[in-house]
Amino acid sequence: MLDFLLDPLAYSFMQRALLASVLVGGLCAIVGCYVVLRGMAFLGDALAHAVLPGIAIAFLLGGDLLAAALATAILVALGMGYLGRGGRLREDAAIGVIFSGAFALGVALISSAPSYQTDLTHILFGDVLGVTDRDLLLLIGFGIAVLVVVMALYKELLAFTFDPTFASSIKLPVGKLRYLLMVVLAVTVVVSLRTVGVGLVAAMLVTPAAAASMLTRRLSRMMVVSALMGVSSSAVGIYVSYYGDLSAGASIVLTCTVLFLFALVLSPRDGLLARLRPERRSG
Amino acid sequence: MDAMAAGKHAHSRHVAIHLDAVSVTYDGKPVLTDVTLDISGGLRLAVLGPNGAGKSTLFKAIVGLLPLSSGHILIHGDPPRQREKHIAYVPQQGDVDRRFPVTVRDVVMMGRYGRIGWLRRPGRDDRRAVDEAMQRLDIARLAGAPIDELSGGQLQRAFLARALAQDADILLLDEPFTGVDATTESAIYEVLDDLKARRMTVLVATHDLDKAMSHFDDLLLVNRTVIACGCAEDVFRPEILRRAFGSRVTLMPTGERVMAATDEHYSQ
Repeated sequence: MLDFLLDPLAYSFMQRALLASVLVGGLCAIVGCYVVLRGMAFLGDALAHAVLPGIAIAFLLGGDLLAAALATAILVALGMGYLGRGGRLREDAAIGVIFSGAFALGVALISSAPSYQTDLTHILFGDVLGVTDRDLLLLIGFGIAVLVVVMALYKELLAFTFDPTFASSIKLPVGKLRYLLMVVLAVTVVVSLRTVGVGLVAAMLVTPAAAASMLTRRLSRMMVVSALMGVSSSAVGIYVSYYGDLSAGASIVLTCTVLFLFALVLSPRDGLLARLRPERRSG
Repeated sequence: MDAMAAGKHAHSRHVAIHLDAVSVTYDGKPVLTDVTLDISGGLRLAVLGPNGAGKSTLFKAIVGLLPLSSGHILIHGDPPRQREKHIAYVPQQGDVDRRFPVTVRDVVMMGRYGRIGWLRRPGRDDRRAVDEAMQRLDIARLAGAPIDELSGGQLQRAFLARALAQDADILLLDEPFTGVDATTESAIYEVLDDLKARRMTVLVATHDLDKAMSHFDDLLLVNRTVIACGCAEDVFRPEILRRAFGSRVTLMPTGERVMAATDEHYSQ
């Protein structure tokens, strides 16, 4: 059993992969609680896709991929936050227009490069085995920063997410909190791209938090449960990918989805099992 | 009707809320025009008017949630920004997600957030204020319950407890009786009586003209502007009510008094 767990870690790239996925899993799962509660799932997905042109330009011109992605993501996040305020267009329509346009631009740019196929695959679905020490350091640094923000502003973000009208009535800077959450989301998405890719980062944000929301009834506990799910499905996913010779990002997301299905069945409140019990039905 | 008459029973009293020629536009359309009003400290005022009359807008303007297009508001004689902690506001129910993972205690504790300040955790005083507020609304036994287990009335009481926990001296309740049970309604009136004794200034937007007449010191009739303000005898006159409610009001003279009923609370 121990060999089973330790064998893959003989390779240093596997150690880095495991550490990176676990960090990404935990980070996404915590930020994901706000994503789920504020109904920003689509936005998270859109952000991940919209950073593609930034990555592509940095890739073609030899710039820093992460810095480019981060700059693009924050720009797009603030832009979407701004569009969503005006009310000229429905927010989801505005997001849809921006993100598909940006994504197409990114694909077009990358398709001009000779190594188009593999690069695009890595960007879309992650390249966790290619995680470098520098990637890890950045992930740890940004991860800590995001966690500090989320914990330090726990009660403000809670009030703002739960009841924005009340939050502004006690003079919380609701507009700034809204942008802050967008930036936190943007940073989280970008530092996760290396591991799970553009196509799967939304699952890391949404699935553990959605599962946790069915098992818990307080935000603090929801965050802990969500983080545990994100971390454990990332670890399990890495092993599944190693022994099954499957894509790492896909294995992690599938593990997470299986956990979600368990929560769906076992949830004391709205689980399928709870619904079968006759005494619950009459209540 | 003199719009400045609110609280005329107590001339010498201190003015808690002063509105001077306040106008508010929303999406370019005028919602409130030229509202001038003095509300005495300790007064219990019912704010009446048909749907879309601007009752909620008036409250939001007083709380500072909407910019004024003209005029100004003073709270205890000062600009609202200097008196933030003096106003507690319970918005109309409806835009809150009932499945949100918070307990009753969490919700009531939010009332303390303005006082706790940034980067701090609730202290003993905050917990005591929260316990007391829950007891006053008879929801202490629900403290640990997630809000999706509450009835509409219990949730409304949690929101009122949150407002009480703010330790403000002006309370604005926007349609607190909509969709609540009789127990909650009487619980809210009991709290209002208690607040009256504590000299709290209370404004309640309501549709219920009958209750407004019996449970409040003064009535404020609003329809885009102040139609009338004063005691029930002065405000509940057919010609005044028609100016606020139009044809939607049915008047039944019962002896000296004028009973009034609108179709408002049936159309909810």
